Amino acid sequence: MAAATPLRATALHSVHLVLRAKMVDFGGWDMPLQYSGILQEHRAVRASVGLFDVSHMGEIEIRGPEAGALTDFVTTNHARKLHTGQAQYSGLLYPHGGFVDDILVHKVAGDHYFLCVNAANQEKDCEHIRSQNRFDARVDLTSDAYTQLAIQGPNALATLQQLTALELASFRYYWFRDGEVAGVPARIARTGYTGEDGFEIYIPPAESERIWNELLRAGAAFDIKPCGLGARNTLRLEAGFALYGHEIDASISPLEAGLGSFVKFDKGEFVGREALLRQKENGVTRALAGFEVRGRAIARDGCEVCLHGAPAGWVTSGSPSPSLDKNIGLCYLPAKSLSGPGRPIQILIRNQLVDAVTAPTPFYKRPR
Amino acid sequence: MYPENLRYSKEHEWVRLEDDTATIGITDHAQEELGDIVYVDLPKAGTTVEQGKALGTVESVKAVSEIFSPVTGEVLEINPALADAPEKLNEDPHGEAWLLKVRLKGAPPLDQLMTAAEYESFIGEEKK
Repeated sequence: MAAATPLRATALHSVHLVLRAKMVDFGGWDMPLQYSGILQEHRAVRASVGLFDVSHMGEIEIRGPEAGALTDFVTTNHARKLHTGQAQYSGLLYPHGGFVDDILVHKVAGDHYFLCVNAANQEKDCEHIRSQNRFDARVDLTSDAYTQLAIQGPNALATLQQLTALELASFRYYWFRDGEVAGVPARIARTGYTGEDGFEIYIPPAESERIWNELLRAGAAFDIKPCGLGARNTLRLEAGFALYGHEIDASISPLEAGLGSFVKFDKGEFVGREALLRQKENGVTRALAGFEVRGRAIARDGCEVCLHGAPAGWVTSGSPSPSLDKNIGLCYLPAKSLSGPGRPIQILIRNQLVDAVTAPTPFYKRPR
Repeated sequence: MYPENLRYSKEHEWVRLEDDTATIGITDHAQEELGDIVYVDLPKAGTTVEQGKALGTVESVKAVSEIFSPVTGEVLEINPALADAPEKLNEDPHGEAWLLKVRLKGAPPLDQLMTAAEYESFIGEEKK
């Protein structure tokens, strides 16, 4: 089945091939896994700056007099409390409390909300929002109108600043503005998925190759590196961010995933609220926990997690941590077994039980 | 690229045959496909390895891959440098970063190993 469906490509696909990126099928998209190597790219973002093509991510725009009311109704965070120019992380839930997707909500204007959603989920998200729309608002999937680039790392600001007149230092974290990058209309947000300072920009696809190259030129003094999805994954895992299809999916609620702070019960009705309230009253039965493996083995996604040798949960993401030089991961365990970090667990790695210990997340916090 | 004095398997291992000893490694193509290698798990000296069977694993940041033994025999020695510096496998897979030495049991299965030229054409085909 997979073989019959051609992979989707971003506007920068040919640029990745010229850069000799190793390409990978990511949720139906032919995306760069790595250019120079995951470790080098990861370290470039932690120490200086990296550039990512994340145009596979989708955009959904909600417009109309009741755009705010619809956005608020379909998401878990307090969308109506957003100021114009502010963004927030949020959950899109089914009525049973499981995730349709995790998203970023940007308030462009009182009658215009801009949602950044996961690549493989965009059509499903759009249909879901439409199915809940009893408001005076229109829901459009506008992914084809944008190339999304992420400029991430301590030198991201100094890199991007060379191409825009907007005063980037005045942007607060999770705020955005519309302006120009290299003379092209751009939405510039101080957001990211790496645990570093940085920006995500949304630009017209027709201009993406020129802007990609101008960013590489602007960052040359900082030894900027094009970065692929491999580094994106190790960076987000160190920062403790969830990835749809791993930590969260339709069977997992935000309370189980440790994302309760993005659920605002006091804001009134929203899709999934009743189910989450029940779960909150009864207590969750499983919860996400970080872990560090003792020794050299690397736990991978899907490995079974045991307590006292008996199956108790599963690894959702596991990888070497380039910044910490440890093998880390996230896993689900029975909630009652988790009384805080430092609990010994065992992980079944290639038929061998390997010792690990639960650990606080984020694993990595950037120096401020 | 691929040294003439080595023989190559379809599973992307190389062997250097000297008398009854076989030195085994992974090919440049294999390290390229794996990406940054962070861990190598090899059998202890004295263990018997069997042609076509997994003898250990190589792990990169992204993935784990089994190493299939291209020959049958007894492990004489494993490369001590790899425990602390597995990244050498990315840098010099055909030289300094050999994996292990095996004392052959019986004749080496030359009919199932490729020459450098054959291997290069094999990975060329695989890429298509």
